[in-house]
Amino acid sequence: MVEYAAASGPVRAVDRVSLTLAPGEFLAIVGESGCGKSSLLFAIAQLLSPPAEIVSGSVRFLGQDMVTLADEDLRHLRWRSYSVVMQSAMNALNPVMTIGEQLRDATLAHEAMPGRMLRRRSEEVMRLVGIDPVHLQSYPHQLSGGMRQRAMIAMALLFTPQLVIMDEPTSALDVVAQRSLMIQIKALQREFGFAVLFVTHDMSLVSHFSDRLAVMYAGQLVELGGTRQVFKDSLHPYTVGLMQSFPSIIGERQVLQGIPGTPPDLARPPAGCRFHPRCPHVMPVCRVEESPVFTRSDDLVRCHLYANGHGPIASIHQRHD
Amino acid sequence: MVTGRLQASTSVTTDPETGSAGVLLEATGLTRHFRIGGPFSGRFLHAVDDMDLTIRQNEIVALVGESGSGKSTVARLLAMLYRPTAGSIAYRGRPLGSMRSRREILSYHGRVPMVFQDPYSSLSPVYRISHGLERAFKLHRPELSSEQRQEEAERLLSSVGLTPPSEVLHKYPYELSGGQRQRVGFAQALACRPELILADEPVSMLDVSIRIGLLNLMAELRRRERVSVLYITHDIASARYVADRLLVMYAGHLVESGPAEDVLSHPKHPYTQLLLSAVPDPRAPIALTGRAEVGEPPRVVDPRPGCRFRFRCPYAIDECSRVTPRLRLLRQAHTAACHVATSDLDMPEQEGLP
Repeated sequence: MVEYAAASGPVRAVDRVSLTLAPGEFLAIVGESGCGKSSLLFAIAQLLSPPAEIVSGSVRFLGQDMVTLADEDLRHLRWRSYSVVMQSAMNALNPVMTIGEQLRDATLAHEAMPGRMLRRRSEEVMRLVGIDPVHLQSYPHQLSGGMRQRAMIAMALLFTPQLVIMDEPTSALDVVAQRSLMIQIKALQREFGFAVLFVTHDMSLVSHFSDRLAVMYAGQLVELGGTRQVFKDSLHPYTVGLMQSFPSIIGERQVLQGIPGTPPDLARPPAGCRFHPRCPHVMPVCRVEESPVFTRSDDLVRCHLYANGHGPIASIHQRHD
Repeated sequence: MVTGRLQASTSVTTDPETGSAGVLLEATGLTRHFRIGGPFSGRFLHAVDDMDLTIRQNEIVALVGESGSGKSTVARLLAMLYRPTAGSIAYRGRPLGSMRSRREILSYHGRVPMVFQDPYSSLSPVYRISHGLERAFKLHRPELSSEQRQEEAERLLSSVGLTPPSEVLHKYPYELSGGQRQRVGFAQALACRPELILADEPVSMLDVSIRIGLLNLMAELRRRERVSVLYITHDIASARYVADRLLVMYAGHLVESGPAEDVLSHPKHPYTQLLLSAVPDPRAPIALTGRAEVGEPPRVVDPRPGCRFRFRCPYAIDECSRVTPRLRLLRQAHTAACHVATSDLDMPEQEGLP
């Protein structure tokens, strides 16, 4: 659970979200702006700063609870075992330092390394992401948006971590650069076997890249399942609505409706199910009672439609959280 | 008698795709260069080069291109926010350059208003929603009495789906969501009784679940208010969703234009083909075949002649680096600026590029 302190009382940005990520897995978290997906990511990476705070829950990584870990131990894990790629490379990179200097800083912050080795490692990671090592001498503004984003990924791979956390790394790019970056991330992941936690607002982007897909709405996890499964057979009405929200370039031109209404203000979430004001299948119970989480093996859905084993799929059962 | 006349008048509303195709706005050889690197650098960025474009009555045209391709510059040229470096724009046959008086220019702004990308910065936070509409009425429709203005403001807000209008009128922008603010943007544009709305990325700042509502709104406004829309976007799927015709820009050049469905099913320019292959689409068959395209956006600072896509083009030939390709008619109403693309006009069974 993550809350932001606000004058009008705490705002709960992430509400009882449970996830597991296997080694080498690509998990995508999708949701609209303000659904808490970035807060969740920052909580996992232990990057939250006031007024945000983890008020309850744990993050277990390689057998340790990162929430209670001492700063010194955390620093040991950071960047070596997990790294973070931020959304806007232009803001995340230092504009007055060359890429090479920034790679050196990132390395030396976590490990003492002789100059020659450091240079060799920097050149290696630049080649990995498809940038000519001459750009180690370049400043961020001399690179294109796609190259800057690749340089960020190069930095994240300096220590070949087991987990790379990515917060909308492609959202500032046009579709062609976006696709080429996704293909590259996937290829690197295959080669080095790190796990990827990928946050995006565009679920179509990850449709061919992620193993599993988690859908968030208003701070809660509302659906989780295999990516193809979620696309083919969405369970939660919100996911179904999202699927109806982007036009396709394939097949007949269809009239789409999107989802009526707007996402709620997390300072004043609606009573009952948080999606009920926008839901086409709303039932009386949805207005008063929050839905429990129903699971089927590793899949999960939070919706009253699936109560008592009803709904389109059988063998779904309630989980107590 | 009366009912008969009513029926006759409703049947006049013809299908927009086949209806009378009066030209509303026509640009010829439209060019805009920006000086960069200080007043004496002598270096110019070619944002738009030699572009021809026509928008007819009651049609939705989508202008598609990646960031930096010059599509917003085109919108600003058409809105008279920039003056063209070369070329001309004519509105109903009247060149914009010949409009001198404030009244004429004001009237043009009323006929061809713009809706901006960012709904969070395009509405003044200190005024109620009614302010923007009132202002448009006072400037462009001074004949309205104050009751008529109130009535018309409410009608416009409900026509863009903001209800109840009497309440929305008294709200401040911060009380509205991004999608609602963008609807206010459209209502303000409509307040001047426009013939063409220039919509520059009107949905790209909005959440996915909200976007489709605004695209539907544009289609509805065209049908009900009989306006034309120039829809500028980087999202070719949404362009296909609302537009009759697609224009594809690359590095300041118009590289392809034609009926939306035809451009999608038979893309002629290699850039359009690349763009279409890169669109993420969960409904597409599983396809990770696309080579990791490492090509970078072209440099448009003092470019040499030739096709600007040639550095990334798999089909480039010698001629592409010498001669700038002109738009050629390759299919019915469908043109592309490419030396290599083949015409389907004589041989209907032949497909374009592999």
